[in-house]
Amino acid sequence: MKALRKFLDKIKPNFEPGGKFAPLQSVFEGFESFLFVPATTSKSGVHIHDKIDSKRTMTVVIIALLPALLFGMYNVGYQHYLAIGELAATSFWMVFLYGFLAVLPKIVVAYVVGLGIEFIAAQLRHHEIQEGFLVSGMLIPMIVPIDTPLWMIAVATAFAVIFAKEVFGGTGMNIFNVALVTRAFLFFAYPSKMSGDNVFVRTGDTFGIGGGTVVDSFSGATPLGQVATNVGDTLTLNNVVGQPLTTLDYFIGLIPGSIGETSTLAILIGAVILLLTGIASWRIILSVFAGGLLTAWVCTFVNPEVYAAALLSPIDQVCLGGFAFAAVFMATDPVTAARTKTGKYIYGFLIGAMAIIIRVFNTGYPEGAMLAVLFMNAFAPLIDHYVVEANIKRRLKRAKNA
Amino acid sequence: MAKVVKLKSGLNLCLAGAAAPKVEKTVVSDTVAIVPDNYHGVVPKVVVKPGDKVQVGTSVMYDKNHPEVQFVSPVSGEVVAVERGERRKVMKIVIKSDGKSDAVVFDKASSAVEVKELLLRAGMWAYIKQRPYDVIADPTVEPRDIFITAFDNAPLAPAYAYEMLNGDDAKALAEGLAALKLLTQGKVYVGVAAGSNLNVPAGVEVVAFKGNFPACNAGVQAHNIAPVNKGETIWTLNALDVVVMGRLLLNGRVDMMRTVAVTGSEVATPAYVRALPGTPMADLLAGNIIAGDYARRVISGNVLTGTNVSLDGYLGAYHSQVTVIPEGNDTHEFLGWALPGCKALTTSRTFLSRWIPTRNSKPDARLHGGERAIIMSEEYDRVFPMDILPEYLVKAVIAFDIDRMEQLGIYEVAPEDFAACEFVDTSKLPLQQIVRDGLDALRKEMN
Repeated sequence: MKALRKFLDKIKPNFEPGGKFAPLQSVFEGFESFLFVPATTSKSGVHIHDKIDSKRTMTVVIIALLPALLFGMYNVGYQHYLAIGELAATSFWMVFLYGFLAVLPKIVVAYVVGLGIEFIAAQLRHHEIQEGFLVSGMLIPMIVPIDTPLWMIAVATAFAVIFAKEVFGGTGMNIFNVALVTRAFLFFAYPSKMSGDNVFVRTGDTFGIGGGTVVDSFSGATPLGQVATNVGDTLTLNNVVGQPLTTLDYFIGLIPGSIGETSTLAILIGAVILLLTGIASWRIILSVFAGGLLTAWVCTFVNPEVYAAALLSPIDQVCLGGFAFAAVFMATDPVTAARTKTGKYIYGFLIGAMAIIIRVFNTGYPEGAMLAVLFMNAFAPLIDHYVVEANIKRRLKRAKNA
Repeated sequence: MAKVVKLKSGLNLCLAGAAAPKVEKTVVSDTVAIVPDNYHGVVPKVVVKPGDKVQVGTSVMYDKNHPEVQFVSPVSGEVVAVERGERRKVMKIVIKSDGKSDAVVFDKASSAVEVKELLLRAGMWAYIKQRPYDVIADPTVEPRDIFITAFDNAPLAPAYAYEMLNGDDAKALAEGLAALKLLTQGKVYVGVAAGSNLNVPAGVEVVAFKGNFPACNAGVQAHNIAPVNKGETIWTLNALDVVVMGRLLLNGRVDMMRTVAVTGSEVATPAYVRALPGTPMADLLAGNIIAGDYARRVISGNVLTGTNVSLDGYLGAYHSQVTVIPEGNDTHEFLGWALPGCKALTTSRTFLSRWIPTRNSKPDARLHGGERAIIMSEEYDRVFPMDILPEYLVKAVIAFDIDRMEQLGIYEVAPEDFAACEFVDTSKLPLQQIVRDGLDALRKEMN
């Protein structure tokens, strides 16, 4: 490592103002601080600092995302081979490889576009490159349907990074969750490609692997898509080849849906990592689930012939769609969430409640979790405002009583 | 039995280099220096010039804004230099000691007016800090209450110096407390660590605190006993300084001798010494630094609130501790953010050291990361035992929104109260500096 350090020290002057590559200073510093923790020492205030930094924080989130991502890759392959009727004849690794190759380009596109813009923005501002997008870039491919065209991901990522983040001042300054803005942009700009029954299961081949034609009984509708179109007062949800699904299936997650969102189990493993390391707020996760379960329970009393989602049990509701993913990875984004303790309970509860309400009462929208989080992102400052005002009032009251 | 206040939020760090609890020696130095920067907010007017003879207790400078607040020499001897820096700012007044300790003899004081007069003239007023603004108290304002902290739980704190409060220093402490009682219509509170007892004169209230740093800060204690409201003034003091006041009141002579803990992972034999404020670090640490050709950081005070003075600096006027740690500016950790961190000094559970506790960490002065916007929430709250929203207050200070600062409790805080927040901050913001600048600007605006 000493040789690498020496090499960096040798080429560093080229990147400093006046050097040959001065316009790439931020990029160089970004890579340098990635390789070596900066040796900057404190100039004022405390003389020792906690070892934690934002790079480590973001890394932990990425680790927590891995179970859901790996499961999502496998599930992409699983759904594909199930659809073409060759699942039994295909090995586990083949299934995973298919999904891996299908998902990888999306990850690459999201990172290249997003980080490219971040690098440019950092250089324009003469800032250090900040690591916020490392998480966003991983989230984006996980919350889109597998058949989303790559160029759409590129456009949406660029839009989100520029207009949801950089114009507000970069990492830590954004009001809306960047990954969710990407998703919302895709949803509203290209509705035909983002919903319906034909985007959640990849039926074609990937780089020549897994060619075949779908079986006759195939339907690519996600469980929530089926709920939205259900008629009558009974509900049976089926997998892509028409076999009925159970709550355990929803929990394990071998069902059609956005890439990383289907497996409640894998997401909960991520949640455990986030909570054990103390990175995510347990207050938010807990209250999102509480809000969701309670609202889903209340919704079981509405007329199922008008609102078919009333037929789903509260447990089914939180296992299906993007609910668990939103609760664990989206709602807990510290920058866009409520920041006060009390505020977090309210913020989380309303996300859970709103997600289920959108699902049940807006039959045109099969899934509401992501929109609920975006909506509450907008309200988080208001919630915090009231918590802060309460603190201020306590102080004023104390002064009057004195 | 004293009232016990439990504070849940706080920071407990176990560092290497705690001093063994006995006094090794008295450090006698040829020179001492009075550094005006020790006294934050004072505009110094020097009244001595090189060649002047001074006694212990002779005034060497005063505050231009409050000429009655005098600062005195801790030794007898001769002024050898008044060093000035940019724009003729007084950097230090260097006094060569004659080793005789000839002292100015002050008249005894008994009434409130006499006591105040004596403390001002004999340079003892500097020990009285006020909230708001955390500066030396304005002598024209009578405090609502006086808060004295009689323990320290910062890393490697000089616990033994506080033990002396019940030993050799007990009489002086009692005298000092009784005098302070005269200076307020309100109450005098002494904050002690839960489980310890302290003998105090009648009329002085003892409150015990159970909790980690910053529970030892007088401001934190005041907030949890009787918080400062807008328009009120309280005084805060350290019991070790009250002892110095007490000696003056008992004997009529200034005796600033302090029990100082020499601590830190770079100190060969961490121990207690007796020394005067203004003693050169080089004398305090002579022969007691572990050999090695890397940079050290010499801190007057503790690692959280102390001042980086370097080896050619001096013991601060308020400090009973010296800490030496590695600077660490030549340590380049490869992929440090990704390592498991078995020995990392941290409060974050993302490092193994939080799961398999390690003791006696040897941290250096690195930030371990780049400065960022405030990203993580609730981080400060974990180590901030006041009913104040630290993050919102800091943001109001950065924006210098005076109304908001007032509403969120700026008058109740001092930079030192944010030391623990600054340590845990993922975003590596210089919080103490931010709060200090905010308080200074606010003081300027209000006066």
